[in-house]
This record gives sequence, structure tokens and C-alpha cells, in this order.
Amino acid sequence: MSLGVKSRRVLNRLLQAVPTIFGILVVCFLLTRALPGDPAAYFAGDMADEASIEQVRENLGLNQSMPMQFVSYVSDLAQGDLGVAISTGQTVTQELAKRLPASLELTLAALLLSLVIAIPLGVLAATRPNTWVDHLCRFLVTAGVSLPTFFTGLALLYVFYYLLGWAPPPIGRLDMMFLPPETVTGFYTIDSLIAGDWALFKASLAQMALPVITLALFTLAPIARMTRAAMLQTLSSDYVRTARAAGLSGRRVLVTYAFRNALLPVVTTLGMVFSFVLGANVLVEKVFAWPGIGSFAVEALVVSDYAAVQGFVLSMALLFVSLNLLIDLAYTLIDPRVGEEE
Amino acid sequence: MTSSPATSPAAPTREGHWHHLRYIMAENPLTGISFAMFIGLIIMAIFGPYLVPFDPVATGAGPALKPPSLTHWFGTDHLGRDVFSRVVVATRLDLLISVSAVALSFVFGSIIGSLSGYFGGWTDRIAGRFMDTIMAFPLFVLAMGIVAAAGNSVENIVYATAIINLPFYARMARAEVSIRRNAGFVQAARLSGNSELRVLFGHIFPNTLPPMMVQISLNMGWAILNAAGLSFIGLGVQPPTPEWGIMVAEGANFIISGEWWLVVFPGMALMLAVFTFNLIGDGLRDLVDPQRRT
Repeated sequence: MSLGVKSRRVLNRLLQAVPTIFGILVVCFLLTRALPGDPAAYFAGDMADEASIEQVRENLGLNQSMPMQFVSYVSDLAQGDLGVAISTGQTVTQELAKRLPASLELTLAALLLSLVIAIPLGVLAATRPNTWVDHLCRFLVTAGVSLPTFFTGLALLYVFYYLLGWAPPPIGRLDMMFLPPETVTGFYTIDSLIAGDWALFKASLAQMALPVITLALFTLAPIARMTRAAMLQTLSSDYVRTARAAGLSGRRVLVTYAFRNALLPVVTTLGMVFSFVLGANVLVEKVFAWPGIGSFAVEALVVSDYAAVQGFVLSMALLFVSLNLLIDLAYTLIDPRVGEEE
Repeated sequence: MTSSPATSPAAPTREGHWHHLRYIMAENPLTGISFAMFIGLIIMAIFGPYLVPFDPVATGAGPALKPPSLTHWFGTDHLGRDVFSRVVVATRLDLLISVSAVALSFVFGSIIGSLSGYFGGWTDRIAGRFMDTIMAFPLFVLAMGIVAAAGNSVENIVYATAIINLPFYARMARAEVSIRRNAGFVQAARLSGNSELRVLFGHIFPNTLPPMMVQISLNMGWAILNAAGLSFIGLGVQPPTPEWGIMVAEGANFIISGEWWLVVFPGMALMLAVFTFNLIGDGLRDLVDPQRRT
């Protein structure tokens, strides 16, 4: 019975993503059509005359009505066609697919690290208000929202690379001395473990350390803040008081009653955190010369490679939607109230 | 006889406000400091160009890449420009970008949100769908896309930052208006023959301003970070214009050879500005809404 309710919820949530994705497609389409000047003249190049511009217009389908252009845009997308990146001459889809694992490895590692630090920190701060843990939490939260990520990254680089010499130079995912591991997942750390190459694993981890810490410092703030606030709220609730009055152990009250309920608003904030982390990712990749899709987009922006930028915006938006979808599904599954309503 | 009971209840409320303000300031001295820093920022933005010792764009104001000294407080950059002068002068442009962006999103967000909160129905549904679509993008990435499509200029940085902030204001205005839509004073205003729009913008909207002010202040810091991030990756502001984001970007090339002052001073200015607005926002929230104090 409860299983049926849950699967219906999951299906509903999947259906809700459809209009969102449609909206994203419309916005991306409008962005490509809002290019400064005439896109046909742009794609025809500087040397083109009237006739060849007209020819390009015909080829690109720009002489058709907007709805027709939208339909052909979507059908191109469905075949994975995002156009050709001018800077490299390869298709945008290939370029993005090649660089996506690098970005994902960085982003997911940073999210994991910030969750592992922020949630215990928030819980401790809420259970021990006005102690050093609480002050540390408040300090990290304020610093995290005020520090620009690119500045944190550069400051860490100065201290740990230039002054202390602990970190490797910011030259991407691997030192020149190493060859990348055989591709299984595309994540160098995991692939090197699969290959059983311990030195390679350490080298890739060393390259990742500073960018991951930079991103994690930034995402830590909203998660810790929300955990602390949610824990304070659940700890002062009636059901926690009842559980305490019934003589349950402090640990049991904290974990089973307070923490599990406090987790729900924290999971909801993760949506906002994803939005931040995907944006900050671009800046961190530029600082550390990380060969992900963010630095690809920055390079494309500099040379006005519009197809590449649009492809980047679209793929980031789709990534964001799917991360949110995953979180919502997890929410449906962990929420103890779901399934008790019928 | 009639005037004294009418004025006496009014007097304690005003005094009460001041008392409350003093109480908040005493409990959290950071709020007082943040107001002082805010005034400092405003002075730097208005009078900065007249106060600085060197021309911020003049190359060769001193020897290139020298660490902070008595003549050049924040050192000099690779073209021999004075970093201190550049950091101070940049305040105006950075604040101008974020203030105009926040003002635009406040005005349009409040209008859209108020209309959808007041009228509901299709207005609400269409506006809500529109805002959801903006929020479906990672916001910084959307700003990058907008600037790339609309053209690389400072103006477009302002528009892009305004668009990505729009949903926050629209949602807040909608929530604040819809809870007051049928309040007693609103019905009274309607009964006395005010038009719907007049009721909405003359009677309901002013009541939403206190929470909106908090939102504006918290949002300013975020807008500054966003705009600086965009110029850090080479959008909008072009060199040699002094701007904090682009100064950090220029200094980034020198950090691995140890010239820290090129990055640290503009970065610190950026951080202090964001910090100031966040603290003011928290302080205002304490004043407006004592329940959400943390």
C-alpha cells in the first residue's frame, strides 16, 4: 500500500519536470536567437556578400517562422546536435562530453566534503548554543557567504602552493609526469583505484584538493546554516519534549526524533546549493585551470563562440534539473509522513 | 482634553522604536559597525576619485610589481599602477552595477509579484511559471548565457544580474501581498471606493516594504559577488577600467609567483562590501522580525 503511494509520487514528480525542461528549452532557444546582430551574417563570416548570407539563412532555417525554428532546434537537440565549437572545430556535444567528468568529479567531491563537515557542525552548533562550536559555525557561515570563490581559491593557492609548497601547481587534473588512467567512469580518482595504481590516485587527489576545498567552503555555509536552524526548531518541538519525557536516551531523541525531521528542510536547501555550486564551479575551474565544461565555456566566451556557450548553458540547466529531481525523489523516499496519509 | 490622550500613546511607540534600535545595537555590536562600514563605502564611491593619491589608470605611477610601501600603500601592479587608488576608485563602479541591478529587480519583481499575489488566477499562474523557469537554471550560468547572447557590456551585466534576482523579489512580494489581500484595512479601502490598483499599490504594497528592505540588503551582497564573478571571467567591464573582479583576475596570473597584493586588496574590498550588506541585512531583520533572529 505504502509502496504504491510512493511510486505514484515518484511518477508525479517525474511528470512535473516536463514543463520545467520545456521552459529551459524555450529560454535556450531564445538566447540563441537573441544574438547581437543578424545570426546569418555572423555564421556566414566577415567576407560574405548578400547572396551567401541569404544562403546561410536558408541552411540554418532562419527564414522560417519562430515556432518552426523552435521545432527544428528541439529535433536537432534530440539527436544530440548542439552545433560546432568554432574554437576547436569539433562538435559541442563531443567537447562537453569529454569535459563533463572533470567537472562532475570536482562538483560531487566538493558537495560530499561540505555535507560531511556542515551537517555535524550544524547539529553540534544547535545542541550546544553559544559555545565555541556555535561560534565556529557562525564564523564559517558568514565567511562562506561573503568570500568570493575565486578569491578563496587564489588565497589557498598562495598559502599552500607558494608559501608552504604542499599543493601541486594549478595545471589541471594531473601532473605532467602521469598519464591519465584508463577511462571507466571518467573520474580520475576512481579510475586509478580501479586500475590499482596507488601513486596515480594520490597524484589526482593532490590536484583535486585545493579546488574541492574552495568549492566546499562556499557550499558549506548554506547547509550548515540550514542544519543549525532546522535542528533548533525540531529540538524545541513538542514531539521531542514528549520523547524526552518518555525517558528515551538523549542520543536516541537526537538522532531518531530531532535529526531525522531536521533533515527534510536541509534536503530542500540542497536545490539552492546545487545552483550555487554549478555557478561557482565555473570560477573555480578558471582559477585552477581545471579542464572541465566551465573553463571550456569561459574560453568560448572570450572568442564569442556562441554555439559552445549555449550548449554549456543548456547542459548545466539539464544537470541542475536532474540533480533537483534526484533530491526530490530522495525526499519522497525518506519523508516518514509519506504513505501515512491514506 | 481630547488631544492629550491622542498624543500620549503615540509618543511611547516612537520612543519604543529608538529603544528597540538601541537594544538591538547593544546586543549585536556588529550591526553598528556594519552601518559605519556602509557609510565608509558610500563616501568611497562618491568621493573616491578625488581622494586617491594617484591616477588609477595611469601606468608607471611607480615601479612595476612592488610590494606595499609608504608611497604605494597596496603596492603596484605589473604596469606600475597604484593598487590602492584602483581599489578605492573601483568602489563606485562595483556599487553602481549592483545597486542598479538590485533596483531593477526590486521594481519589476515587486510589480509582478504584487499583481500575481493580488489577482491570483491566470496572472499568478503565468508569472509563477515564468519565475520557475528562471529558477530552473543555475543562476550564475544563466547570467553568463544572457551576457553572451545580449553582448559583452557593463549594461548587460546589470540586466543579467537583475534577471537572475527577479524571482526572489517576485516570490516575496507575492507572499506578502496575498496574506493581506483580504485584511480589514484593505476591505475598508475597497469600500471607500478605491480602485483595485490603488488598493494594491497605495494600501497593501507599503506594508510589504519592511521585509523587502531586508531582502534588498541581503541581496546586494549577492549581486556584488555575481557581478564581480562575471567580470572575473572576462565579461562586462574591460581593462584598464578599475573594478574589483577584473583586478583579481589580472592579479591571478601573479599569485603563483608570489605577488599576493594584486589579488588580496581588491578581494578584501569585495569581501568587506559583501560582508557589510549581509550584516546590515541581518540587523534589519532583527529590527523588523524578532522571531527569525538566530
